[in-house]
Amino acid sequence: MPSPAASAAPGVANAAPVHRFEVTPAPGQRDPIGQSVARDAAAIGLAPASVRATHVYLVSAPLSATQLDTIARELLADPITERASVGSQPTQPGERVVEVHPLPGVMDPVAQSVALAIRELTGVDAEVASGWRYDIAGLDAHQARRLAQSLLANPVIHRVTDTPYTPASFPRGTSHEHEVRSIPIIALSDDQLVRLSREAHLFLSLDEMRSVQAHYRSIGREPRDIELETLAQTWSEHCVHKTLKSTVTYRDTLLPASGSSRRQIDWSSRPGTMVHADGSITIANMLKSTVAAATFELIADGVDWTLSVFKDNSGVIAFDENVGVCVKVETHNHPSAIEPYGGAATGAGGCIRDVIGTGLGAKPIANTDIFCVAFPDHFRSDADANATGADDSRQPLPPGTLHPRRVLTQVVAGVRDYGNRMGIPTVNGAVAFDDRYVGNPLVFCGCIGVIPRDKVKGAARPGDRIIAVGGRTGRDGIHGATFSSAELEQTASDEFAHAVQIGNAITEKQVFDAILRARDHADGCLYTAMTDCGAGGFSSAVGEMGSKLGAEVHLERAPLKYPGLSYTEIWISEAQERMVLAVPPENVAKLRAICQQEGVEIADLGHFGTPEADLILNFHGREVGRLSMALLHDGIPMPTREATWTQQVPRAFTGAAQPHIKDALRSLLSHPDIASKQFIIRQYDHEVQGATIVKPLVGPRSRGPADASVIEPVPGSGRGLAIANGLQTPVGDPQLGGDPYLMALAAVDECVRNLVCVGADPSRIAILDNFCWPSCAKGENLGSLLRACIGCYDAAKAYRTPFVSGKDSLNNQLKFTDPATGLERVIEIPPTLLISGIAIVPDITRCVTSDAKSPGNALLLIGHIQSTMGGSRYQQLFGLPSPAFPHSASNLVPGTNLHAGPAAARFVASLIADGHVRSAHDVSDGGLLCAVSEMLIGAFAHAGLGLNTPPAGPIGADLRLSMVHAEAIVAAFSESPSCYVLEVEADRVQRVLAMGAQAGVPVTPIGSLNDSGVLTDPALRLSAVVGDLVHAFTHPLAW
Amino acid sequence: MQRPPIAVDAERERPLALVVRAPGTNCDAEMVRAFRLAGADAELIHLDTLIDEPKRLDRAHLLGFPGGFSYGDDVASGRVFALRLRQRLYPALRAAAGRGVAMIAACNGFQIIVQAGLLPGPYDGPFPESPAPQQVSLTFNEGGRFIDRWCGVEYDASSVCIWTRDLARAGLSGSARMLPIAHGEGRFVARDADVMAALKSRGMIAVRYANGDNPNASDDSVAGICDATGRIFGLMPHPERFLDWTRHPFWTRLSPAERAGDTPGLAMFRSAVSVVRAEMSNRAGS
Repeated sequence: MPSPAASAAPGVANAAPVHRFEVTPAPGQRDPIGQSVARDAAAIGLAPASVRATHVYLVSAPLSATQLDTIARELLADPITERASVGSQPTQPGERVVEVHPLPGVMDPVAQSVALAIRELTGVDAEVASGWRYDIAGLDAHQARRLAQSLLANPVIHRVTDTPYTPASFPRGTSHEHEVRSIPIIALSDDQLVRLSREAHLFLSLDEMRSVQAHYRSIGREPRDIELETLAQTWSEHCVHKTLKSTVTYRDTLLPASGSSRRQIDWSSRPGTMVHADGSITIANMLKSTVAAATFELIADGVDWTLSVFKDNSGVIAFDENVGVCVKVETHNHPSAIEPYGGAATGAGGCIRDVIGTGLGAKPIANTDIFCVAFPDHFRSDADANATGADDSRQPLPPGTLHPRRVLTQVVAGVRDYGNRMGIPTVNGAVAFDDRYVGNPLVFCGCIGVIPRDKVKGAARPGDRIIAVGGRTGRDGIHGATFSSAELEQTASDEFAHAVQIGNAITEKQVFDAILRARDHADGCLYTAMTDCGAGGFSSAVGEMGSKLGAEVHLERAPLKYPGLSYTEIWISEAQERMVLAVPPENVAKLRAICQQEGVEIADLGHFGTPEADLILNFHGREVGRLSMALLHDGIPMPTREATWTQQVPRAFTGAAQPHIKDALRSLLSHPDIASKQFIIRQYDHEVQGATIVKPLVGPRSRGPADASVIEPVPGSGRGLAIANGLQTPVGDPQLGGDPYLMALAAVDECVRNLVCVGADPSRIAILDNFCWPSCAKGENLGSLLRACIGCYDAAKAYRTPFVSGKDSLNNQLKFTDPATGLERVIEIPPTLLISGIAIVPDITRCVTSDAKSPGNALLLIGHIQSTMGGSRYQQLFGLPSPAFPHSASNLVPGTNLHAGPAAARFVASLIADGHVRSAHDVSDGGLLCAVSEMLIGAFAHAGLGLNTPPAGPIGADLRLSMVHAEAIVAAFSESPSCYVLEVEADRVQRVLAMGAQAGVPVTPIGSLNDSGVLTDPALRLSAVVGDLVHAFTHPLAW
Repeated sequence: MQRPPIAVDAERERPLALVVRAPGTNCDAEMVRAFRLAGADAELIHLDTLIDEPKRLDRAHLLGFPGGFSYGDDVASGRVFALRLRQRLYPALRAAAGRGVAMIAACNGFQIIVQAGLLPGPYDGPFPESPAPQQVSLTFNEGGRFIDRWCGVEYDASSVCIWTRDLARAGLSGSARMLPIAHGEGRFVARDADVMAALKSRGMIAVRYANGDNPNASDDSVAGICDATGRIFGLMPHPERFLDWTRHPFWTRLSPAERAGDTPGLAMFRSAVSVVRAEMSNRAGS
């Protein structure tokens, strides 16, 4: 079968006329697409009277009238629900047209499938483009344009017209003059080097430019354009993590002891660390001395179940005797800021490829996604900027940014469409809100895979062919690696439009199907090594695989989406869905046969192994670049960087009047951090592959939030894998007097608790770090990054949870000119550390969920509630009474006790393993009272989904929170680390108390479940109907 | 209606199920596992291979069309897959139906085979020589959005469906009468009232969403239908995702007794496989 990518193949006669088809709902049929646009428009203050949606197909091919009719009837329209017509239907009086088409060169997967089907139906090769027409009533031209801008189109990837769009012909690529260009740098001054770096989008520092200059001076020639580009990609922050790997000199200014039992960092005897006489500290290779050091020390200390750490595209641990599981989490922040749908989708796709490209190939079995965005209610949308009254306290959006609601709904749609189409369940996630993410949303995409243990390692050999498989190379995604390493500016969407892409999940699925067949071939694995084309495209993939051997590449052999790409564009394009394999020559034919059957394109680009281990780049028989691998991989200068840290005084929040505890509870359950993410979760297929044991929503009506998800990677084995994350940004927030060191401890603790709560073995937890920081050129930010790294080391050692992989994104800030003041402003994101964890569940039938189970059972608190309210959601909403309760509640952020935390995790795990626990939930956002409420919300069986089961009497609870702290607000809402709520049958309570005493873990009975349907605490004068709490929890994000 | 003879391979003790995949199919492994747990041998076969070698169908006793996003579900769910079946494989499929090959099509598979003319199929007699005009459709959910969740379902005891008849008679508890759905285009629409009436009167409606739990506003809450012989079955829910009790959405609340024995998902496959096996041994014995 010809490849579907042939829709854009060169050689199709371009003189063919363009035919337009329109597909609309048949008379009397509903129009769910149009209705959902109308609904979304109403949500942003535009109220069209009606919206009709029409799918438009533009087909360029010599087709007869009969063939056109066949295509319309047999292919494009559903004979029952739709009607197709050729040409464009007239506009109705009073209606306006908004038509949206992808710009030329933007991936259009629908077009590829239609071209395939037209060939099947008529035998004619066609070029196809698809788009949408909306006929809108009740809006003026200005409003219609706003609707288009806010909901329907993004100018980065779409063309919007106000009349039906039918071009006379499709645009074609122009051929390129392929002269080899040299860039003179030998004679440049420092200023000129800096300017060149910025203007050519190299984003190299002056030191790095000087190193490049020195190298070319030493070999006596100017660099060629492709060589500079290759260096820029390979040396980018994204690819080489030069900040985290650098040597750092650190000094701090701490507050005088503030009466808290705060742990200060003990700097003595840390790996790679020197304490100087003046109190300053030097750490060599920050990443190696902290995150990686913890892992290698744990391995030396008996953690014998890691299989591959830090080296490969993902980290691998042992699952059982035959199978390993691998895990990777990446960010795709900057592309998602500009084009959230495409950015998130390609983020998911790239992370999935990392897993596929681990060792000799893994099979993806689960995805995770975590988003950080601004509070949608805090910002005016484009559409209602002029429409609202003077009392609107919401902020205007900074120029060049998208509204947080749009960002969130679009990143969700992007992850949904990619993950669902790939057939990978998206089982775990979180969303965190802070207004500083407004110009710089964070999109973390994670993927987990299974891999046979004998396929974990691969290495290319001299003479192996360099084989590219998958999608074609286009001009899309140029400079993604360097772009991701830059600061975002308000002009970024214009300047970096070419870095934004739309993915095609089906192509990736085909590539993956082909690769697994080649891996498991009867003659043995057909290739010796593999990696994905991620940031930097071929330049990074070939450069990495051939770093020891050298490689010779013939760039004209890469299949192109359209003609006219320069050799440099081919080399650095980050076009999606491509993998590079090292294939022994004798296996190429077998691989080609598999690819042909799976409809995957394959190209032989050259071979690994050159005499001097150089990287040699050719184009149509001419050498266009030659670089030594040593320069590429070891030539980057690593200057010592200066880091500082000034501990901030905890921000004294003063709330005017403290709300009644019931009102506070309801407000907290409606806080976007806490409220149900059902609208997101339901859009993800979290059950494909049929192996999801604990789903993201639990309970009889699937309302309760699960602490972690559990899958059965080998169906029928009875052994599970739990997946969770920890995110404790407020604990490290400098504006709250937080400390990134404590944030790292709390994040690891939270991740561990989430995993333990579903039945995971705490001695089989592997974790990952994702640092998203504002610019670390600023000493304070580098200082906070260093403290977080130290926290990662201490926590990983204490919990015995090795880091197996990680990633960083270190320039997350938005620079813009404030239209109100004309002044330049920078919004830095709060330092954000995501800890992701996977853990072995020895017996899936022992899994526990967070929904409360039976009236009569007791609720036990495991752990100790601290008085520290700093960073809590309660503090965020209400502040604290001033003066804060002396000595009983404080504005300090909580610390994590590295002895008590692991002990509590082990204790809870042993109780669950022994079958003592009916439900378990960790105490996190919103504190203990929110945790108990969520358990009751999970159990609430009235109305909702799965109506086949009769509603049981709604479960309520009667609490005695004064047992855990004298101050009601602290007891109810402190977000103390290392705490759990367990539901235990009444006759087991004494036994559990005794076991706790023996283990040295605090266990406090805090109340019992009943069938009242009411949550009460007499001493707190709390009486809340669970049904009301359900409403408070589920309605805020019911988008 | 008289049941046509089924192909018998004397060498074979277990019936053979072919599961057909295409680019974007992604529930194939679960369906293969379902057939195997139910007592059949199962082979995965690429649509292109089947188009090149339609004779491969001759050995099959059962046929599975799994879920996924075939060809990206571009244009409409299952459209391109269905078009290729109609253009390239209809005679072989018609012959298979004539031999009584039992077929199951879940989610995307269901969307495919209603467009390919396999469902609802002829009310009497053999399949026509060329694909019949489409009688029913699966279109956008009422909310316009993809949904993943479990729904209450009711198996129709008057249905002729060989996949569900054991379930309809089993007296399942409420929590067992649930299946997962995951689709954006699952709203069942019949061409007209006559089609709906025919489906009802001939026992071709096999499974409905429970009262008040219709996730996509399907006509008459229809979740799955079969052909007039009861052997070709399509449904939007995913029985192949419910082969173990630990996949139930609240299995941690169910007692050991409630989660003993086959799940309803597995029981569906077992039901059809045992019908086919019984026919095989009858013929082998006769």
